[in-house]
Amino acid sequence: MGFLLETIIGGLMAGVLYSLIALGFVLIFKASGVFNFAQGAMVLFAALAMARFAEWIPQWLGFESALLANALGFIVALALMIVVAWAVERFVLSGLVNQSGVTLLMATLGIAYFLDGFGQTLFGSEIYRLDIGIPKDPVIVADGWFEGGLLISREDVFAASIAGALVVALTVFFHSTAVGRALRAVADDHQAAQSIGIPLGRIWVIVWSIAGFVALVAGMIWGSKLGVQFSLSLVALKAFPVVILGGLTSIPGAIVGGLIIGMGEKLSEVYLGPLLGGGIEIWFAYVLALLFLLVRPQGLFGEKIIDRV
Amino acid sequence: MIYRENGQFKTNYLSDQQILPIRQDRIAIALLLIVAAVIVPLTATEYLFSAILVPFLVLSLAALGLNVLVGYCGQISLGTGAFMAIGAYAAFNFHTRIDGFPLLLSLLMGGACATVFGVLFGIPSLRIRGLYLAVATLAAQFFADWAFLRIRWLTNHSSSGSVSAGRLELFGLPIDTPAQRYLLCLAFVVVFAVLVKNLVRGAIGREWMAIRDMDVAATVIGIRPTYAKLSAFAVSSFIVGVAGALWGFVHLGSWEPAAFGIERSLQLLFMVIIGGLGSIMGAFFGAAFIVILPIFLSQFPAWLGLPLSTTAAAHLEAMIFGVLIVFFLIVEPHGLARLWSTGKEKLRLWPFPH
Repeated sequence: MGFLLETIIGGLMAGVLYSLIALGFVLIFKASGVFNFAQGAMVLFAALAMARFAEWIPQWLGFESALLANALGFIVALALMIVVAWAVERFVLSGLVNQSGVTLLMATLGIAYFLDGFGQTLFGSEIYRLDIGIPKDPVIVADGWFEGGLLISREDVFAASIAGALVVALTVFFHSTAVGRALRAVADDHQAAQSIGIPLGRIWVIVWSIAGFVALVAGMIWGSKLGVQFSLSLVALKAFPVVILGGLTSIPGAIVGGLIIGMGEKLSEVYLGPLLGGGIEIWFAYVLALLFLLVRPQGLFGEKIIDRV
Repeated sequence: MIYRENGQFKTNYLSDQQILPIRQDRIAIALLLIVAAVIVPLTATEYLFSAILVPFLVLSLAALGLNVLVGYCGQISLGTGAFMAIGAYAAFNFHTRIDGFPLLLSLLMGGACATVFGVLFGIPSLRIRGLYLAVATLAAQFFADWAFLRIRWLTNHSSSGSVSAGRLELFGLPIDTPAQRYLLCLAFVVVFAVLVKNLVRGAIGREWMAIRDMDVAATVIGIRPTYAKLSAFAVSSFIVGVAGALWGFVHLGSWEPAAFGIERSLQLLFMVIIGGLGSIMGAFFGAAFIVILPIFLSQFPAWLGLPLSTTAAAHLEAMIFGVLIVFFLIVEPHGLARLWSTGKEKLRLWPFPH
């Protein structure tokens, strides 16, 4: 019983981390109608930028404080992601207005290839350490109720709380600020938003910048867990089932989807895995999402797809 | 002036319905086939065969199959690598477990096994649509990745999932030299291209295109979506399965599950989109582009005389690839096939401007 609870809690934590990446997908899809295959590459680029600048800035400016280095590295990486967002809007999105979903998907794949190569050219392709001061030792709780207690990774708890704070901040942003309202208007209907004077291009730059910020936070957390290396961009492949399970247009869907996928993955690996030979994590997540989609084809919280004939 | 059909009158329905109604087109295709079947095997180098021609042919066959699904029926699929893998491993099992099983039959049986799984993984398309379906087909991709690594029986109990096809023999003739492999692939590609062209010209092709354009309206006028979508999955995965079997047997010789991973699926989708959705020529153009581009990009820094380390060259290649993809999609979102048909239209009017 204790082990089951541990697995579930571990799964929920992992799920929150997946939702961090899924958030970026949902934000971009909501506002520009593009399924951003390049989100994984953006996570990698942002994490590389932060890791390397946190290393370089103390050398250039000559100080020792790790906290200041990380903070400055974060700010520089954020500025870089805003430049990337501007470049994507200027060179890719504005040339592909009104194209079909598959074409936009392929364009984001092109962006992914470009960012992968560019990031590794600028920042190098080794494994870099990103240490933002998260305690990595596990903590044991509830050892009165279960013998030995439950082993919970403190790193994961930190990550989950950061992700939660991010979601709250984003929700407040979307509901209470003028820019947030404009973003929601664009997500509802591009043409209507344009006709009341919302500048579509600038909104896309803002959305991709916010998605870049989310990618930076996700990259920071995953990078401190796994180390910043090329395989970080493959974490996005694990976030796809989260996105389609929750619905492509829903932020709470990304969170709930992440929790379900995380839990399902860990439980299946522990209980189903040994029967099937192990290693079933990745396809089980997709099959789980597929089964949910068969019941609700638009995802749990997604917008119902209405066809007008 | 040279591309007009003046004076070419059709006197019966049969000649009116031919695939190439214009005589100049027939002459051009005949010349192309003569060059491909006679001149190339005699003059091409081994490098040209094994690095360019055979991959081009096999991948254009796979792109043809994917075009049936994505271009003609409108169902986005990211699981094509899985169907290629199923075709390759099934053909391998038939070839090695049954003594004296003909090569042709094992390749076709590979396609048949891929068809069964194609229809199975196509069943979600009856309920899920658009980008959701695209991501859901990744389930097929990752399941196949896992299955060929972990289920020992499928790979004849090889420890790493890597298998080898051994000696190939067609009707008693050995398929050893690169020219012979090239001719085998060419034969398959020509036969399948004609088959697919006739399929999409017929009733079922029109059903697919109706489903692609507006599936609710198609259902309303009486096209059964189940039959249309599942038949598209079936035909597409058969062709892709045969292409996978050819890829493993003829091009690679020995392979492992990673050869048919998600990179392969994305590469095929690139070919179909860059070549042009919904066109037979498009599959060939796209395959040529994607096969030749990396070779060109890897030679390019050497021509310019720039000293680049291999990692830097690899990153530069990825960057240029990404930029070119985006450039092509902006400049001609309907693909190279559209550029080709625009060129033919201009050629009809040449030398007059309009």
